[in-house]
Amino acid sequence: MKRTLVAAAVAALTVGSVAHAETLRWARAGDSLTLDPHAQNEGPTHTLAHQMYEGLLQRDMSGEIIPALATDWAVTDDPTVWRFNLREGVTFHGGQELTADDVVFSFQRAKMPTSAMKELLASVAEIRKVDDLTVEIVTEGPNPLLPANLTNLFVMDEGWTLENDSAEPQDIANGGDNYVAKNTNGTGAFVLESRVVDERTVLTANPDYWGKDDFPMEITELVYTPIQSAATRVAALLSGEVDFIQDVPVQDLDRVAQADGLMVATAAQNRVIFFGMNQGADDLENDNIDGENPFAKLEVRQAMNMAIDREAIKRVVMRDQSDPTGVIMPPFVNGWTEALDATPEGDAAMAKEMIAAAGYPDGFTIQLDCPNDRYINDEAICQAVVGMLGRAGITVNLDAKPKAQHFPLIQNRTTDFYMLGWGVPTFDSEYVFNFLVHSSSDERGTWNGTGYSNTDVDEKIVSLASETDADVRNGTINEIWEQVQSDVLYLPVHNQVLNWGMSDGIDFPVQPEDQPHFKFLSYSK
Amino acid sequence: MIAYIIRRVLQGVLVLAVVGFVAFAMFRFMGNPIENMLGQEATRLDRAALAERLGLNDPVPIQYLKFIGNAAQGEFGVSYRNGLPVSEMIVQRLPATLELAFVSAVIAVVFGIVLGVFVAIRRNGIVANIVMSATLVGVSLPTFLIGVLLIWIFAVELGWLPSFGRGETGTLFGWQSSLVTVSGLKSLVLPAITLGLYQMTLVMRLVRSEMLEVLRTDYIRFARARGLPDKTVHFKHALKNTLVPVITIIGLQVGQIAAFAIVTETVFQWPGVGLLFINSIQFVDIPVMAAYLLLVGVLFVSINLVVDLLYAVVDPRLRLQ
Repeated sequence: MKRTLVAAAVAALTVGSVAHAETLRWARAGDSLTLDPHAQNEGPTHTLAHQMYEGLLQRDMSGEIIPALATDWAVTDDPTVWRFNLREGVTFHGGQELTADDVVFSFQRAKMPTSAMKELLASVAEIRKVDDLTVEIVTEGPNPLLPANLTNLFVMDEGWTLENDSAEPQDIANGGDNYVAKNTNGTGAFVLESRVVDERTVLTANPDYWGKDDFPMEITELVYTPIQSAATRVAALLSGEVDFIQDVPVQDLDRVAQADGLMVATAAQNRVIFFGMNQGADDLENDNIDGENPFAKLEVRQAMNMAIDREAIKRVVMRDQSDPTGVIMPPFVNGWTEALDATPEGDAAMAKEMIAAAGYPDGFTIQLDCPNDRYINDEAICQAVVGMLGRAGITVNLDAKPKAQHFPLIQNRTTDFYMLGWGVPTFDSEYVFNFLVHSSSDERGTWNGTGYSNTDVDEKIVSLASETDADVRNGTINEIWEQVQSDVLYLPVHNQVLNWGMSDGIDFPVQPEDQPHFKFLSYSK
Repeated sequence: MIAYIIRRVLQGVLVLAVVGFVAFAMFRFMGNPIENMLGQEATRLDRAALAERLGLNDPVPIQYLKFIGNAAQGEFGVSYRNGLPVSEMIVQRLPATLELAFVSAVIAVVFGIVLGVFVAIRRNGIVANIVMSATLVGVSLPTFLIGVLLIWIFAVELGWLPSFGRGETGTLFGWQSSLVTVSGLKSLVLPAITLGLYQMTLVMRLVRSEMLEVLRTDYIRFARARGLPDKTVHFKHALKNTLVPVITIIGLQVGQIAAFAIVTETVFQWPGVGLLFINSIQFVDIPVMAAYLLLVGVLFVSINLVVDLLYAVVDPRLRLQ
């Protein structure tokens, strides 16, 4: 009896203190790779960094750009110069005051050869201090989209970084270790309390945060644990050992949604899944047709685009967790229209006739390369497509491999038919064109494994970078998309859908880049 | 005896060198770490430059010799995944794996021998038959399934034990241990059972069949005829003579437990070297994979040595040779 009373009292106390302390236990599949904010350009790494560090600006939970360390920004009279006004009275966790020198230092650090962020600043020629709270960024030629490249570009304290011998970003090819890879000193809403790599990271709310009145800031302690196995991650949520998980497997969504006290939040993700075909080669390595390339014929590509039943993939493979699309960009991207997004009409029978008419009455055989650990149900999508193309007369041999083996095939241009997924961090079509449409060269077209090369399109793509008139620029974007669509450059499948599982006392919308910013989280008591 | 040990150690070094070379020959087929290390914005020049700086363009034998050269000096490089020194990462995680392996091995040996003797003595009893059928499950179900099943029952449905992680750790003999805290011990239960179940079944079945054989021999019959109590006959005379094959199997299996806790560690998010190895495979983190395989090699070579020495202790006939 006595023991029961004590237990009850302890339970009451614990419940009471939990309600006040608001610890959020958060799990996702992988850990951040480093705490050095410029050493990796990778989702989970940026997500953790965003809790502790801030950039001049950031994306909010709906993907809109909002001010962070800069209060406002604009292009000056010279179209190559952007001016940013910094927020007054911001301090780093170590107490140092934020000044323009810190911003200049951080940008220069992010442009160093060992930085993983340098490509996003490729257009930046110079960054200079105007006064203590003003900086100017000079670009090589006008760059109307500069702010969209700065959303993951974090600002460090110059003095602290130099004192700890971390002037250069962590260089893995040369020893790797540095102080800032294990310690942080940001301006963000949370302060690093403790961290064991791949095991547990604890953050506490920053009592001096400049935005504590502008954001809910209801979490006092944030405990981040990577849980790799999907079944265990879901079990940890169901048993109440964690409160919030990312990467909920689609087959477990119903179980989480129906569990008492839990809910699933869903939103479209900034990632489109599609297939590329090597249409530029004279002959293909991996087909059964000698001396010519079936993918080079527009009718064949049109027929394949028709033969893929995107609704069936959504229903059967994705359990309704996808948005079928006819274009390789997610709907948030500038340049997206409903007309482009429409999926092609037609069916397997029509596709078969078109392929026969194109000169392949018996169809042909081709190898499809597919990753099996990168996108949601990637291998299963490929298997479904094998069947669909089979009905159109194309015999597809599927070769599914881990991502570490799949992506080099695309990079080395040794695949003729492949799956790829693409997210657009700038939320603008130019990014898609630069990497996937422009002819393959050292600077551009690095992920264009199709051999597609159209000088007219290339010129238009290059012109986008410096076009300051928004209407003209959007007109060019639309022209490029029309060309890409009529050439059937890729076979789009769908946009992925993101699911976050959480305790139903939490009010937290899904962020399209899969980046929860916990200062926005509030409890709906 | 000393000459024997030295000979075995030299053989061990040769084994390690071969293991290392086979590993390096295989890394080429695991893919390319460059894509994982650079973001999607990296240009072709960035990729080429990084591959060159990491020495990935060197021929495999050169990469291997460089690795062996550095390893001989105790230098294992830094992880491609998070830039930390490999030796530091492995040292940090080894306690978790060794602890899990130790507890699993104790469970496997203690329950395996006790149950093995029991089912051998009562081989027609109902309880013995139930135990025999139940342990069939242990050998026939894959580890990850047992793990998920246990999580489902004891963490989700009953809520008694944690589903992942190591709990809180305290300091024991200078390392971070879960054996000294309540939450640590609770966290150990499910992974230790998952990892040890197969070995326990194996030991039990081996002890049973050896015991049955020994119980039929003449000296046991004479022992009974002398009127010795059952306890003495079973445990002093019979069990002792079954131990040589049992020790061999236990030795090899303990190596298996420590080296291949990979699946169990992944299912329970146990922060040991097995989980580290899985992460490294996915990332093609060559320095970590190479160091891990070398460690496993060392482990097996030393366990085999210890087992050989133990034979001599258990079986006096071997001492004479």
